Amino acid sequence: MLLKVENLVTSFSTPRGPIRAVDNVSFEVDAGQTLGLVGESGCGKTVTALSIIRLIQEPPGKIESGRILLNGEDILGYSPAKLRSIRGGRISMIFQEPMTSLNPVFTVGDQIMEAILLHQRVSSLEARKRCLEIMDLVGIPDVSERIDYYPHQMSGGLRQRVMIAMALSCQPEVLIADEPTTALDVTIQSQILELIKDLQKKMGMAVLIITHDFGVIAEMADQVAVMYAGKIVEKANVREIFDRPAHPYTVGLQRSIPSFVNPGEPLYTIPGIVPDLLNLPKGCRFSDRCEFKESDCIVTDPELLAVGGSRTHRVSCYHPRLSK
Amino acid sequence: MTDLVQIKNLVVSYPIMGGLLGRKVGEIRAVNDVSFSIRRGEVLGLVGESGCGKSTLGKALIRLIEPASGEILFDGINLSNLESNELRIMRRRFQIIFQDPYSSLNPRMRIGNILSEPFIIHKLCPSNKVKDSVMELLKIVGLRPESFQKYPHEFSGGQRQRIGIARALAVRPEFIVADEPVSALDVSIQSQILNLLKQLQGEFSLTYLFVSHDLNVVRYLCDRIVVMYLGKVMEVLDRSQLRDPNFKMHPYTEALLSSAPRKHPDEKRDRIQLKGDIPSPANPPSGCVFNPRCREADRECTETIPPLREFRAKDHQVACLKRSEPANS
Repeated sequence: MLLKVENLVTSFSTPRGPIRAVDNVSFEVDAGQTLGLVGESGCGKTVTALSIIRLIQEPPGKIESGRILLNGEDILGYSPAKLRSIRGGRISMIFQEPMTSLNPVFTVGDQIMEAILLHQRVSSLEARKRCLEIMDLVGIPDVSERIDYYPHQMSGGLRQRVMIAMALSCQPEVLIADEPTTALDVTIQSQILELIKDLQKKMGMAVLIITHDFGVIAEMADQVAVMYAGKIVEKANVREIFDRPAHPYTVGLQRSIPSFVNPGEPLYTIPGIVPDLLNLPKGCRFSDRCEFKESDCIVTDPELLAVGGSRTHRVSCYHPRLSK
Repeated sequence: MTDLVQIKNLVVSYPIMGGLLGRKVGEIRAVNDVSFSIRRGEVLGLVGESGCGKSTLGKALIRLIEPASGEILFDGINLSNLESNELRIMRRRFQIIFQDPYSSLNPRMRIGNILSEPFIIHKLCPSNKVKDSVMELLKIVGLRPESFQKYPHEFSGGQRQRIGIARALAVRPEFIVADEPVSALDVSIQSQILNLLKQLQGEFSLTYLFVSHDLNVVRYLCDRIVVMYLGKVMEVLDRSQLRDPNFKMHPYTEALLSSAPRKHPDEKRDRIQLKGDIPSPANPPSGCVFNPRCREADRECTETIPPLREFRAKDHQVACLKRSEPANS
């Protein structure tokens, strides 16, 4: 297994007390595979990603426990220097907002070359050559001219391509994509998703894609993990998640998407709002919003257990829905 | 159904300032010669990608932005040449809901005061009845009575959007421009707001112009859809036509539909990948504005601006030289 996250706990101290933004999260992704991490804002999906590449600011954040295994080696124990050789090299990440993640005072070429020079022993001339190659690979037109552009001279779609070029410049084994298309228009979104899939095929990397959009999941993922209030509540392969969602939260989320419902029919709504992490309901953390709640749900938090006789499908619910 | 709003040859432009003295050096036609009408009681969707002019059009329609030329008829009254006091009276009949509920509410005002303003400004009820009216409004949009005393930051995004809706509803308008009202919200909250908008439409017999970039939302909510690209209307069609996989549409609408992510991993789709980006509206392509990205474009398309005309079916208008058979009957 290329990347394995085991029992990861990441907490933040707040004026009102500590919160566990990521609470005992485990998953794995193999080379050439894509795991989709799906959930709504504040569910901990981005903090999970930032924990993997150790970009959590400490304090207030802290990785409390767990292991992050890259090819079997626990990178949580690495020194900052050793970690730096991995981050951006063997594991890299693309962020949601390409404008705020690129440095406005350097040309895009400088920024891509910085990654190459940091991780590979090459001359700056060679780095520039590789930079041109990778920009070409991600589909940026007129590279010899664009390499000297500043981020503000490019459109949102092109900036995201620059981010991808930067992330891929050192041929990472793991690519983490955090909402890579959320800020983009649909026609550009489809170009970028297609590009990531295409490059994954060529380079064989493992991809962890983080999104709130089940459409992006359907496009990209092999395996899916659904997060709610810091925990993974359901894990399955992509067909199971669409055909036989088991957790009431997964079912509710899917039924509240307009494209899943016929016009005229009201959309399903999950009652209430996401709970305050400082004040979680007792037992199952979805119990206060769940229409299938029974007395056992408010006693202990359910574990993530196999469901429906499938090897890949797990759910953390005492009363899973498998009727569909 | 009769037309509530008619837009005729509307042009909205923004100046481009430049040079040492900051003089006007050019202009962007954000909305360029647009005509369509909105029928009483319908939800008309206005879709397009960022920068296509859809929000500008929505705002110009109720004169929050002054159009450069063209006519806007609201229930037969020409809004374009109303004086400001006449316009204020007319504004009782149409309102707007903004995209970002965070920035469209004054952070220093309590919700009660925010929602009292329309009643006071439009003198809708005696001052001792204002609070009762606000309380009723809160109930209609599903907010607790305690909200009256709270400030905007004490609410979640979905609740803030409910406040925005309540404010628009205060004057009991006939027509509401909803400018991307659910784009900033999470999926589970989005569905609550869409259901509320739909329910209010029935309760208060409202007409909506629903501006959105999300084709799935529009396809779900709207009766008819106007597709815009680079300041121009590309197509007008109704929902059943949009949902019909065999219905011949504008090449841009076809591409938009095919770019939307799949609903299921097994769904097969012929994807039309649009090349490149949307051109700058400061320097639009000649002929059909979509021609540089269109897979069907030929030389004629770079020379002639296609008129918006009926194509094959009633209630279906397309601006494309490659779509030119009128409806049969």
